[in-house]
Amino acid sequence: MSTFDTIPKTKQEALVETLLRLADDRLILGHRISEWAGHGPELEEDLALANIALDMIGHASALYTYAAELEGKADEDHYAYFRDDIDFKNIALCELPRGDFAFTIARIFLFSTFSYFLYQKLIDIVEDEQFNGMLQKHFKEIKYHLRHSREWVLRLGDGTDESHQRAQDAFNEIWMYTGELFNLDEVDQVAIQKNLFVDTLDFREEWEKLVVDTLEEATLNVPDMEQYMFSGSRQGRHTEHLGRLLAEMQFLRRSYPDAEWK
Amino acid sequence: MKTDHTISKQDFWSYLEEVIDPEIPVLNVVEMGIVRNVVFDEDQVVVKITPTYSGCPAMNAIEMAIHEKLREKGIESFKVVTDFKESWTTNWMTDHAKKKLKEYGIAPPEKTGDDSDFLTSLKGSQKIVPCPYCDSIDTKLQSEFGSTACKSQYYCNECHQPFEHFKCI
Repeated sequence: MSTFDTIPKTKQEALVETLLRLADDRLILGHRISEWAGHGPELEEDLALANIALDMIGHASALYTYAAELEGKADEDHYAYFRDDIDFKNIALCELPRGDFAFTIARIFLFSTFSYFLYQKLIDIVEDEQFNGMLQKHFKEIKYHLRHSREWVLRLGDGTDESHQRAQDAFNEIWMYTGELFNLDEVDQVAIQKNLFVDTLDFREEWEKLVVDTLEEATLNVPDMEQYMFSGSRQGRHTEHLGRLLAEMQFLRRSYPDAEWK
Repeated sequence: MKTDHTISKQDFWSYLEEVIDPEIPVLNVVEMGIVRNVVFDEDQVVVKITPTYSGCPAMNAIEMAIHEKLREKGIESFKVVTDFKESWTTNWMTDHAKKKLKEYGIAPPEKTGDDSDFLTSLKGSQKIVPCPYCDSIDTKLQSEFGSTACKSQYYCNECHQPFEHFKCI
């Protein structure tokens, strides 16, 4: 639901909204991570980041394709290329600029930890076979992202003075954007009633525990949990960064809508 | 040109077995478990495929290769549908396919267990992947991510050979 949209009424409308919210987070974050391709700190990590970006964009693609089928749109491109920033439902955490390597890792770690618990709970309740199949598939890949980013958090935090400082700065900077992971609005409430989404507060403690344990193991301080939290992105009130990202991502497709890769 | 009812289901599967995975050229798409089902509808054949890894760029190429192969065999009314109902797992790979992988120099995936202990497994407990060249178990994980979405990178301390491991999912 963007600021100007209405609350879904039917189960199908709620399903489409849920698919789009999940997909938007993954497309935008995947695009951000893809900015590392060719710039990774070492070859293995360059490949790893490109792989993670590809996974996330792949997840978005499957979710969009299903939403397009339900809504009778031509294909997934409709959502990725022909919507404006206000129509995107991703949280701000996903759209923030690339940052340094520590910031990139902190973001993937916090997001994957959240996705891990979310998908685990969703798989138990979602009845729609196609949607559930996608969740199960993506869940397997999320574990790789979680394991990989967690190992890097440990290595950076417990590494050199500089890597420690950069990792600490990254978590401090990104923390105010983690509140949105757990915000639920009216659209989510409808989806929860229809067994298409879960109350994220139910696993907040598990998420916190895994994050806090990891930060402590990495000798990093846990940022203030009670600090001011950014909100509004899910409703289309984005930071200025999303517009710039979309301009780059959508430019070609919008300029040449019928262009094809040959 | 052949019409669809002169072709048996078995023929059809054997045509699909001629479609090779573009990134692992020793395996075909049936052995990989990518083709899930072939359904003979009244007027057309529906080939159901499922992606291996979500972001696998080879999926498009595989779909196109299936189209090409079936047209080459004179089949016109068919469609290829991606089905997400079942989520692809390396457990679907046949033993024969795993053997071919090993001979090709890729350490095959072992059986995936249940994931109840995933969170505990985050703290250490690395699995042992034997080297496909010398079978040594003195190997080291170098990166969970390799040249393609489905592989990770290992190094054999015995024969000093880097090798790839087909990730189990």
